[in-house]
Amino acid sequence: MTAPIAGGGDLPGDDHNRGTSPVAPSGGHLFSLRAKVFDADDLRRANTRIAHEIVERNHGATDVVLIGLYTRGVAIARRLAEAIERFEGVAVPVGSIDVAFYRDDIGLRRIQPLGPTEVPVDITGRVVVLVDDVLFTGRTARAALEAVTDLGRPRAVQVAVLVDRGHRELPIRADFVGKNLPTKVAEDVRVRLHEVDDGDDGIEIWGPET
Amino acid sequence: MNDLLSIDDLGADGIGDLLDLSDSFVEVTRRDIPKIPALRGKTVVTLFYEDSTRTRLSFETAAKRLTADTMSFTAPSSAVGKGESLLDTVRTIEAMGVDAMVVRHRCAGAPHRVASWIDAAVVNAGDGRHEHPTQALLDLLTLRRRLGTDAFRGLRVGIVGDVRHSRVARSGVKAFAAVGADVTVVGPPTLLPESLEGWPARAATDLDDILPELDVVYLLRIQRERLGSALLPSLREYTSRYGLTASRAARLKPDTLIMHPGPMNRGVEIAAEVADGPASIITEQVANGVAVRMAVLWSLLGSGGLVA
Amino acid sequence: MPDRPDEFVIRGGRVVDATGERVADVLVQGGVVAAVGRRVEGAPVLDAGGCIVVPGLVDLHAHLREPGDEEAETIETGARAAALGGFTAVVAMPNTEPPLDDAAVVASVLAAGREATCEVASSGCITKGRRGDELAPMGEMHTLGVRIFTDDGACVAHAGVMRRALEYARALPGAVVAQHAEDPSLAGNGHMHEGSWSSRLGIPGRPEAAEATVVARDVLLAELTGTPVHFLHVSTAAAVDLVRDAKGRGVPITAEVAPHHFTLTDAECRTFDPAFKVHPPLRTDADVASVKAGLADGTIDAIATDHAPHVPEAKERPFEEAPPGMLGLETAFALTLGELVEPGVLTLDEAVACLSWQPAAIAGLHHHGGPVEPGRPANLCVVDPAVRWEVDPSRLASRSRNTPYAGRKLTGRVRHTILRGEPVVVDGVAQR
Repeated sequence: MTAPIAGGGDLPGDDHNRGTSPVAPSGGHLFSLRAKVFDADDLRRANTRIAHEIVERNHGATDVVLIGLYTRGVAIARRLAEAIERFEGVAVPVGSIDVAFYRDDIGLRRIQPLGPTEVPVDITGRVVVLVDDVLFTGRTARAALEAVTDLGRPRAVQVAVLVDRGHRELPIRADFVGKNLPTKVAEDVRVRLHEVDDGDDGIEIWGPET
Repeated sequence: MNDLLSIDDLGADGIGDLLDLSDSFVEVTRRDIPKIPALRGKTVVTLFYEDSTRTRLSFETAAKRLTADTMSFTAPSSAVGKGESLLDTVRTIEAMGVDAMVVRHRCAGAPHRVASWIDAAVVNAGDGRHEHPTQALLDLLTLRRRLGTDAFRGLRVGIVGDVRHSRVARSGVKAFAAVGADVTVVGPPTLLPESLEGWPARAATDLDDILPELDVVYLLRIQRERLGSALLPSLREYTSRYGLTASRAARLKPDTLIMHPGPMNRGVEIAAEVADGPASIITEQVANGVAVRMAVLWSLLGSGGLVA
Repeated sequence: MPDRPDEFVIRGGRVVDATGERVADVLVQGGVVAAVGRRVEGAPVLDAGGCIVVPGLVDLHAHLREPGDEEAETIETGARAAALGGFTAVVAMPNTEPPLDDAAVVASVLAAGREATCEVASSGCITKGRRGDELAPMGEMHTLGVRIFTDDGACVAHAGVMRRALEYARALPGAVVAQHAEDPSLAGNGHMHEGSWSSRLGIPGRPEAAEATVVARDVLLAELTGTPVHFLHVSTAAAVDLVRDAKGRGVPITAEVAPHHFTLTDAECRTFDPAFKVHPPLRTDADVASVKAGLADGTIDAIATDHAPHVPEAKERPFEEAPPGMLGLETAFALTLGELVEPGVLTLDEAVACLSWQPAAIAGLHHHGGPVEPGRPANLCVVDPAVRWEVDPSRLASRSRNTPYAGRKLTGRVRHTILRGEPVVVDGVAQR
């Protein structure tokens, strides 16, 4: 049985269970900071832009439901909802889902659900925007898509992420992207949000010690 | 976690983890389509040597909600030497390809023997007088959802009835004690444990004395069979001394909750109007059973096991 | 060592018997001990260097399962297991199918035992069919040599019947009435000791009082009738105290204890493994201490194995459904050395007394247990007290495998066993 993945996604598709500690070892490798990509201001601007893009694409904010994936996706979804309320004056409902039970690697590694799925409105006929911090192999997004379809029949499902780091293994694409970030597979993209992590907001790339 | 045979297998942390997990599954059971693909491709078998449609269905429902396949074997309470031995039955079932076996048997330790004979995960659904771990877990979950996560510390729980012969009591005492509750077992001396040594609980034979102090009154079913073994003179005497009658219920604290593992003998250990009254959370217990069993099956088959 | 020699010398061992201890060679000739002394030359040698030479052990209590359950054990295989355990005589218990409750069945057991590698004495039932109501024909069985009368497996629960049996047996010289002391109305459907462990495990228990009440009663009946009563497998502190008190008053009582009752406790049952299920059950630490004290002060006269073979399928069942009983012949001496002699509870000669001449006296087996001196039948055991070995159920000579000591490391093992001058076990290997 593998140990809980603490430090970073050194296994493909594990964009879901990532730690925050800068020196958390990952499967035996020591990781170190390679680049700071975004600081708090950059994040804030990207957040605002994505919020505008969501409203623009959907011709307004009515019928939109933001559903964040645990853990950071939920925080980002709330930030997006706050931004939309500020400039559009519409209170977009925010939900949270746990994709643990829909993963395609059940039985291959240790999996723990991170929180209860809570979606406050009926999603049937609405536009669901799935929100997560990083899009990588696409497996988490696929699991989220399946989870959402079990909750109802949305009119459309769109995907919003802060970072798209490439290396897709499934035919999944993001509709709204904060930053396109080419990375090596072995690298780790770490998003820090003050709601979840210590320290300032930011996006960093970490790589294994050679 | 390889098997769930006893509350001892869990400890306070293990119990907490399972209860947290159960909350996720409660949400699933409330959906329009209460089904998730979590255990797709896994096979769960219920092997019940003792009749219990309720518990068996609860486990099977739990498995189905997780998209596992189920098989069900109910065998008559077998006399020694008649029919296929437990060992042969279990090995035959395993050969068909099962991932988990849920076992109920009239003998204490039967699931432990089964676990020593097969590789599949074993869940104890009740072994003689010994334990019924998922019952204790669903009882804790029910209280936790009612009273909050920190409710247990110092919570005064009274388990009333035929404690000596009750697997629900044995699992319950361990589970309540593990999470910090203060447990007293109450009943006539012939139905209390022969020895209290090693029990994390106190004993009392006077229910009326202790009733006003209890935060939870947990009633056990009294069985008619006990009359034949010179343990009780009559059910009427039991009810008069230990039954939760309407008048006793009126003397409880206003927030005291009433629980029962079911099935109830209305009019014996509990008055009908008390069972249906506002303090009773008995129906919530039943509702939470499926979620807890989903959590147990997930823990054994989904969450950590490596594909061989 | 030529096949079945008529003459050989046991060389280099330390002889321990009722007369004391001495380093000596023992010359065996024509079935008897011919000479005991320093360095005997001119005969083939059976090496006993570093070993102890004792009179062959005598087991008062072994279930050989023949007739009726030969799958589990036969007289032949049981005798072989006995010889490997250092026993030159065993008393076969009567709970066979049919039970040993008349001369015909007893005669068949004796006949089957004639060629065995251990002397097989037969016990006889006290009551017909061991049902506890009518007396069995003790007289005709006594004529065939039966001295131990018991319903073992069952208790003679009715005080009136026990009294009549004791009175009747008084006319049979050397007869001993042996009681399996467990009142069925108290022991009920219990499967282990009633106490802290049974209460937590939810297994119905057999309380100490089930044994003690019968012992108390039968002590008084022995006093009333004057007939010797022997208590089989004493397991509780209460019973030990009652026996001690009775002996102090001069009542003709003897008692035995089984090795599992001075080695294991009821805590072993926590795994629900029926290997630890036995009647009377494994008891508490206090009871273990008490039987050890009883052995040390002479309250308990004998160590008897209560060897109880069961086919593997029988023990591969839930605890409550499995039959009670454990193997004992091949581990008894080593457990005695390890649990009693090594910690100083008994001296070596006290231990051998409990395994050899004291049980021989109770059973009236005068050819066994006697001092190692010229003219006496050569029923001897040579044991290496220092060899370490691990109990491997698959390598035991018994047909069955139900030992609770599987995997246990023991110190002390029988090296040779001589039955009526024939080496039936040489270097730990049965010769036939």
